[in-house]
Amino acid sequence: MGMTMTQKILAAHAGLESVQAGQLILAKLDLVLGNDITSPVAIKEFAKLNKEGVFDKDKVTMVMDHFAPNKDIKAAEQCKMCRDFCGANEVTHFYDVGEMGIEHALLPEKGLVSAGYAVIGADSHTCTYGALGAFSTGVGSTDMACGMAIGKAWFKVPSAIKFNLTGKLRKYVSGKDVILHIIGKIGVDGALYRSMEFTGEGLSSLSMADRLCIANMAIEAGAKNGIFEVDDITLDYIKAHNGAEPQIFRADDDAQYDEVIDINLSEIEPTVSFPHLPENAKTFDQFGDIEIQQVVIGSCTNGRLEDLQEAAEIMKGKKCAKGVRVIVIPATQQIYLDAMEQGLLKIFIESGAVVSTPTCGPCLGGYMGILAAGERAVATTNRNFVGRMGHVDSEIYLASPATAAASAITGKITSPWNI
Amino acid sequence: MKYTGNVIKYGDNVDTDVIIPARYLNTSDHKELASHCMEDLDKTFVSRVQAGDIITAGQNFGCGSSREHAPIAIKASGVSLVIAKSFARIFYRNSINIGLAIVECPEAVDGIGEGDKVEADLDNGIIKNLTTGAEFKTEPFPEFVQKIIENGGLIQSIADGVIK
Repeated sequence: MGMTMTQKILAAHAGLESVQAGQLILAKLDLVLGNDITSPVAIKEFAKLNKEGVFDKDKVTMVMDHFAPNKDIKAAEQCKMCRDFCGANEVTHFYDVGEMGIEHALLPEKGLVSAGYAVIGADSHTCTYGALGAFSTGVGSTDMACGMAIGKAWFKVPSAIKFNLTGKLRKYVSGKDVILHIIGKIGVDGALYRSMEFTGEGLSSLSMADRLCIANMAIEAGAKNGIFEVDDITLDYIKAHNGAEPQIFRADDDAQYDEVIDINLSEIEPTVSFPHLPENAKTFDQFGDIEIQQVVIGSCTNGRLEDLQEAAEIMKGKKCAKGVRVIVIPATQQIYLDAMEQGLLKIFIESGAVVSTPTCGPCLGGYMGILAAGERAVATTNRNFVGRMGHVDSEIYLASPATAAASAITGKITSPWNI
Repeated sequence: MKYTGNVIKYGDNVDTDVIIPARYLNTSDHKELASHCMEDLDKTFVSRVQAGDIITAGQNFGCGSSREHAPIAIKASGVSLVIAKSFARIFYRNSINIGLAIVECPEAVDGIGEGDKVEADLDNGIIKNLTTGAEFKTEPFPEFVQKIIENGGLIQSIADGVIK
């Protein structure tokens, strides 16, 4: 029986000729990731195993991004624990303040992920790397600890939904609108336990930034992983970032999919997900004026250079609306530098926005933009759960960088087509 | 394994942000996490939860963040078992890995009310509502997963050489 892209990668990493949906396997890992929130729990569990060191010091990575630069003493202690562990175990890829960026923007940029890899990360948005044709999935800290110890993880082989993409995105419509549209269509558990596999002629019009954003939010549909078929755009990206030799796994012609969903990219409109679930996706014809008090442009979902370019194009020469706090967070140091050299930071600052060092900060209600009761934010982040960005009575509207920028200018949720 | 306790009932899509808000993720201390468990969904949970209590919930319990702090907080609160119509996958594997008992059973969730006394025998796949007398059947875990649970979680399974 034919296999999906995901199943082929899992079979190869489990040393099996073939696998089928539902099968439990133990797979070898090419990379094990943790951050400053999840790694401390993993380090404590790892200690119980009495191992000499990590399975491969080049295949473990920790990124201090969630509460770093440290927001308080406890956060500082957590980062210190990671720093000490990586030092003692000679972990090659430890990223601290100065080098760090938001993990899922940083790892592809550093060339740590390549096509055909099997990756686990103690962070739910680890599914981002599926954009590069890797099997990549979020796990917990105990899985991370065991991955660091033996370089393997157990998986139930997933079945899959195939997304057949056609057409081409219109101006100011991006990967974020695509994934919000899809989650709106299938729901927050629409792909539960399953893979979301993206293929079709429409792929050729999607940039890596679009693909990384779409794969990033596969978890918001409950998916185990999101994965894109590898093409020249993928290969060029991996080469440009000095990634390892890509291994291309294509789905068999007779691969079995639970469902095939056709998505015409040409028909996607600017989309906003209303509180308090990412599945509450609406287009602008479905709602009226909604005033906002904050805009966040950043995160592992939308803090890439292309995202900042799109936002800056809309905000250039304009002022943020009075009463709206606009926070722009380039996702990595490299993106920060590129944005500076391209004059994007100047545009943001002149418009009245603030620009922060890379951090997950406000996305998970950590710091750098916490909401008070009754406040509303348009955010390019990935979750709009109750209390996610602050008070339980605050509201988050998920949107693209273009929509967030347009909303920053008007002070209400605004389509980038109407600015 | 057998679990007996009173039920605290929740709805669909209970996410890990409400189970343990990120503002408390600057610690991994189990007791401290438990003291904020469910805080953004149900402020009464911490004061009313009793050792052995059972949580029931609807679809997609534990969706969102991969934070293991969520099942840790629930377990450290004294909850013995979570019965849901379905679980988000990372929460599901985290619970198995840390040894928090969980089981999917939509019929039981519909047939059990807040405060009901429930007895769950997961080895034999039977959940009994002792308050109403109703009985529900569940699927046993696959053998591989059962082995992890029997060994007291993933860490112990590796330490014992059950998984290499």
